[in-house]
Amino acid sequence: MSLTSPRSSLPSLECKLIPPFRMHEPETVADAVSLLGQHGDDASLYAGGTELLLAMKEGLLRYGHLVNLKTVSGSDRLDYDTSSGELHIGPAVTHRALELSPEVAANFPLITQAESKVANVRVRNVGTLCGNLCFAEPHSDPATFLLLYNARAELQGSSGARTVPVEQLAAGPYETCLEEGEILTSVSVPQFGPDMKAAYQKFGYHQRPTIGLGVAVRLENDAVAEARIAVGSVGPKALRVPEAEELFLGKTVPDILSPGASVLDEAGRLAAEAAQPMDDLHGAADYKEHLVRVLLERVFAEAVGAAPTAQRSAA
Amino acid sequence: MSIKHQDGTIPIELTVNGREVSLEIQPQLMLLDLLRDRLSLKGAKRSCDLQVCGACTILVDGKAVSSCTYLAYEARGAEVLTIEGLADGNTLHPMQQAFIDNGAFQCGFCTPGMILAAKSLLDETPRPSEEKVKEYMEGNICRCTGYRKIVEAILDAADKSGI
Repeated sequence: MSLTSPRSSLPSLECKLIPPFRMHEPETVADAVSLLGQHGDDASLYAGGTELLLAMKEGLLRYGHLVNLKTVSGSDRLDYDTSSGELHIGPAVTHRALELSPEVAANFPLITQAESKVANVRVRNVGTLCGNLCFAEPHSDPATFLLLYNARAELQGSSGARTVPVEQLAAGPYETCLEEGEILTSVSVPQFGPDMKAAYQKFGYHQRPTIGLGVAVRLENDAVAEARIAVGSVGPKALRVPEAEELFLGKTVPDILSPGASVLDEAGRLAAEAAQPMDDLHGAADYKEHLVRVLLERVFAEAVGAAPTAQRSAA
Repeated sequence: MSIKHQDGTIPIELTVNGREVSLEIQPQLMLLDLLRDRLSLKGAKRSCDLQVCGACTILVDGKAVSSCTYLAYEARGAEVLTIEGLADGNTLHPMQQAFIDNGAFQCGFCTPGMILAAKSLLDETPRPSEEKVKEYMEGNICRCTGYRKIVEAILDAADKSGI
């Protein structure tokens, strides 16, 4: 049986929330770039739409043209290059595709674990990692955990291609370094070396995180030879904290975790300062400062396989 | 690459609960509005309108989506399943039956979304752990039951599936 609805009988109630736009279906990145150039400020890229459509429904954004990236051939490609050990995430790859990929699970277990906890399963089924980065909503898991990997953003615009570190992609809340008409075509994620131990945790009581914090460390002869600390969601954008990372170098795990050790206090203070916590619906700035210190210890302990805080202090 | 009529409407064809549907839509039409206003399928509910509560959950090609913030355009060529299409004639789907057997709803407003999300979970993971059920169903909110009975219903349906 077939149900048809002649156009003349369109109910007047529908489409009440978003003003009309035209949907464009480019087949290549070059077509998409050209469409963006043609329509300028009146056009936006569209992939999952989980952020964009919300903002359009709220009337915060208004576009006459949406350019559907999903019709670009190969945009949903998720490739793991075994020779370089890099993961390449296309612009239409959903959170769910990352969560369920066996290759990601085998080579980037931290990404599998973190992606499986992004928002809820419906958002993960539709929303894309690249879209999340381009929207630059400060409360973002991918924007934070990708920094542990020194991930790169591959961009393409009318004047050519360029690569920027993911850390520089977001300029601030809802702002990126993307130039007019420029498209994020892929995120490249180099695999950790075999000795790198890493963990990422988040905390929040709304759908988006109040805080996300990741630690990756490499130990040599029991001492920390390399440390990476990424903090996100608490301030305007996610960032690495080199000044806190330095404090871990040369220290052993007991040096860092034993009661009375000052490394975590000092590193936590520096990380909280660097993250510029903001008061918002997800918590007060001083509360977020406190969370940075608490999570830094928990995540470091998880990364190196030490007992959780409560058990250590009870011992 | 253009699929539109001059007036900006898009012709789409999709399957809704096993029936083929072809209609003209405007690109900004949400799937929830198409289902409720154009096809009179009122099972999916509008509640938060933010993809947070799960009351509008439906399945598109087997995947749970929030139809409140999902363009009807995206369902072109797809199979859409709403709560109205779940029973087989007068025989309830095992998940519907499990919700009844376990008293897993009170007011019933969240139930269509709960049942469809739970179905997509078991389609993917036929024998989930209790922890997995809680994790997967985290995005579907119920203000009546306290969730205990919903989790029990889903585990019950998994037990009875014989897988």
